[in-house]
Amino acid sequence: MSAIDTGQGNLPNGPGAAAILAAGIGCAALGILAFAGDAVQAIGKGLNFYNPVGTLSGVTTLAIIVWLASWLVLARTWGSRSLAINRVTGIAFALLVVGLLLTFPPFMDLLQGK
Amino acid sequence: MEITTHDFWTVLHGMGFGALFMLAFSGALAELFRISAPGVPAGVTDREQKLVVFYLIVMVLLAWLTVFSGAYVIYPWYRAVPPAGVVDLADYPRRLLLSSGHTSEWHNVGMEWKEHVAWIAPIAITMVAYVTMKYGRAIIRYRDLRKAVLGFAVAAFFATGVAGAFGAFLNKYAPVRGGAPIVIMQGEKE
Repeated sequence: MSAIDTGQGNLPNGPGAAAILAAGIGCAALGILAFAGDAVQAIGKGLNFYNPVGTLSGVTTLAIIVWLASWLVLARTWGSRSLAINRVTGIAFALLVVGLLLTFPPFMDLLQGK
Repeated sequence: MEITTHDFWTVLHGMGFGALFMLAFSGALAELFRISAPGVPAGVTDREQKLVVFYLIVMVLLAWLTVFSGAYVIYPWYRAVPPAGVVDLADYPRRLLLSSGHTSEWHNVGMEWKEHVAWIAPIAITMVAYVTMKYGRAIIRYRDLRKAVLGFAVAAFFATGVAGAFGAFLNKYAPVRGGAPIVIMQGEKE
C-alpha cells in the first residue's frame, strides 16, 4: 500500500471539461424537453415513445442521447487539449440550473403564463 | 406474510435502489472533499483511491437502476387509466390524486417534478465518477474541475432528495398497489 502522489503526469483537463460540459448539456436538454413536452401538445405527443410511460419516455431517452452524443463529440475535440476550464465549468453550471428550473412545474407554469 | 408484486417493486425502487443511493451521498461528498481539498496530507493510498472509484461506480449503478425501475416499472402502474365506470380509484394513483383538490397538487407539482428532476442525478453522478476515475488524486491540481465535480455531486444529491421526498409523500397519499401476491412466510391464525 504505497501512498500515491498527485500523479497522472500532465494530464490535460480536456477530458474532464468534456464530461462536465456534457453533463450540463444533458441536464439542460432534460429540462428543455420536459418543458417543451408540457407546453406544446404536439411535442408532448411526439415524445410519447412508449405509451405506458408517456411523454417521460421521449424526454428522458432524448436527453440521454443528447448527453452521450455531446460527451462523445466534446471528448474527441478536447481529448488531448487543456482549456480555460473556469469558463467551461461556468457554462456547465448555468446549463445545470436551466435543467433544474425547467423541471420545476411552478417555473414551467410561470413561463407558460398559467 | 405477503407482499404484492407492485409493492415489491415499489420497495425495491424506493428503498433498495433510491434510499441506498441517497445514503451513499454522505460518504461520497465527504470523501470527494477529503481527497480533493487543497493542502491535505498525501495520505491517500492506491487502495483508498480504488475504493473511492468503486464506491462511485456502485452509486452510478444505483442511480440508473433507480430511475429506470421508477420510470419503466412503477410509473406505468401509477398512471394507469381506470376502465369506464370504475368508482374506486385506489388502484389508479394518478387519477386518485387528481380526483380531489386536496390532493391534485401532489401529482401536478410532486410527481411532475419528481419524474423529471430525478434523471439529473444519474447524469451528474456518472460524470462525477468518470472525472474522479480519470484524474484520481491529481484532481488536486485542477481547482475548477474539483469545484465542478463537487457542485454536480451536490446537485445530484438535491435531485435525489426531491425525488425521494416526493416519492415518500406520494406513496402515503396514493400508493401503487395491486399485482400478484408473493408469500414470504406462512403464519398461523390466533
